[in-house]
Amino acid sequence: MKVLVAVKRVIDYNVKVRVKADNTDVDLTNVKMAINPFCEIAVEEAVRLKEQGVASEIVVVSMGPKECQEQIRTALALGADRGIQVQTDEKLDSLAVAKLLKAVYEQEKPDLIILGKQAIDSDNNQTGQMLAALAGLPQGTFASEVKVEEGKANVTREVDGGLQTVALNLPAVVTTDLRLNEPRYASLPNIMKAKRKPLDVKTPEDLGVTITSTISLLKVEPPAERQAGIKVGSVDELVEKLKNEAKVI
Amino acid sequence: MSILVLAEHNNASLNAATLAVVAAAKAAGDDIHVLVAGSGCGAVAEEAAQVESVSKVLVSDDPAYAHQLAENISTLVAEVGKGYSHILAAATTTGKNVMPRVAALLDVDQISDIVGVDSADTFRRPIYAGNAIATVQSSAPVKVITVRGTAFDNVAATGGTAAVEQVAAAGDAETSAFIGEEMAESDRPELTAAGIVVSGGRGMGNGENFEILYSLADKLGAAVGASRAAVDAGFVPNDMQVGQTGKIVAPELYVAVGISGAIQHLAGMKESKIIVAINKDEEAPIFQVADYGLVADLFEAVPELTGKV
Repeated sequence: MKVLVAVKRVIDYNVKVRVKADNTDVDLTNVKMAINPFCEIAVEEAVRLKEQGVASEIVVVSMGPKECQEQIRTALALGADRGIQVQTDEKLDSLAVAKLLKAVYEQEKPDLIILGKQAIDSDNNQTGQMLAALAGLPQGTFASEVKVEEGKANVTREVDGGLQTVALNLPAVVTTDLRLNEPRYASLPNIMKAKRKPLDVKTPEDLGVTITSTISLLKVEPPAERQAGIKVGSVDELVEKLKNEAKVI
Repeated sequence: MSILVLAEHNNASLNAATLAVVAAAKAAGDDIHVLVAGSGCGAVAEEAAQVESVSKVLVSDDPAYAHQLAENISTLVAEVGKGYSHILAAATTTGKNVMPRVAALLDVDQISDIVGVDSADTFRRPIYAGNAIATVQSSAPVKVITVRGTAFDNVAATGGTAAVEQVAAAGDAETSAFIGEEMAESDRPELTAAGIVVSGGRGMGNGENFEILYSLADKLGAAVGASRAAVDAGFVPNDMQVGQTGKIVAPELYVAVGISGAIQHLAGMKESKIIVAINKDEEAPIFQVADYGLVADLFEAVPELTGKV
């Protein structure tokens, strides 16, 4: 079984985000970038499926400028077999990414496509679902467990009230939630090995996709700051404040 | 210019999240229709017809919609919704599952998790885990949007008199099947709808210690939440998680107990009206957002608080 994993290059999750002074966007100059944490979980899940003998090949794909090859190499070091970069310097919204992924899906014909449920920059939570709709595939979003057997993927999903399990005919799209697995660290020998794994570069034109968007970003602002309040000295004082000052109990 | 709202429900009753979506819809336009897709969902349609500001309820009652499978619901919503100016749903796990498929089927971008409506085509939404707020404008012929419920005041659940119309089902894709679900059973209010939330973090030490929070919550009529650290440590199940990747809450009173206040957690609760933090570490970042901070051992302070409220 072939597994396709999509990864996104984003700001490292430990970096504090700053809005540009002119409010046009977030300032990403000289900021540490990394593989999106949910995408890393997607790579790990694919690698585990390969270790279980369920998956035979893992192809990892990323869209964006040349720098996103770093994140493809990270995925290769974690255990993916080969990479595809779709080279573009244009700003990509989720629908455009989903269209590019659909084209890659049609070329590669994987049985399972695993993506992170959302990227920690745009927080859209859209791409996997959009890809599934465009390709006419079933989806198991926010997965906390994936079992592949007899031509189906049984996916346990984290939903608002608890957990839901669905059975998906393959091929299918799965998006990862936090508790699906804990990604491993790449070992130094594997990082070295990853440098020699194949990495193809394609363009949106190669894939027959025109990048468009119906969304324009007008401005980006820091959120309203919350003022720190006061420290109370005792439970009695806390109860008094909540009753008489805040009037919430 | 009519707006279609996808109702969130369990085939028996309408989820209050839909009332906040109708409120967001009112800010974008005035002719608001609600689509109820389900199985044996007649009672939900009747409930939706009474919601303030709703002019029409469309019902599609079919076994294919019993479990809100995205593959089936999305084709219906795209079919029914293509004549509307906007299609809105709650940014719940159901809405997030279905709406991007709807957008893709209509070949438009989606705008996720809006917290403000500036005009019929301009919306505000948090990005980078709420560390920035983006204002975006959409030129899509149909604007497909999910709404963060805590950012809008619910419209009244009653007082409306909308007509109810049946619409034909759009078929079963037969590519996915519902197998089962494990829903948390609780007599306490639902986290995202509760007026008071009491949350515990890593400082709770273990799952048994959450009992002292349950006692406090029951005294206050509150829901109980947790930080990601407490969930990852296995103290409590993940559906209790408040934060960027869990539930977003904005109650009148939020009591953070043994929670340090990681950005991830703050993203899920900093819109609360009053925040109380109880933590023995006076340097904990949670105190920077708390209205009332109490530096104390939670195992002494929480039972004392339970006794005094």
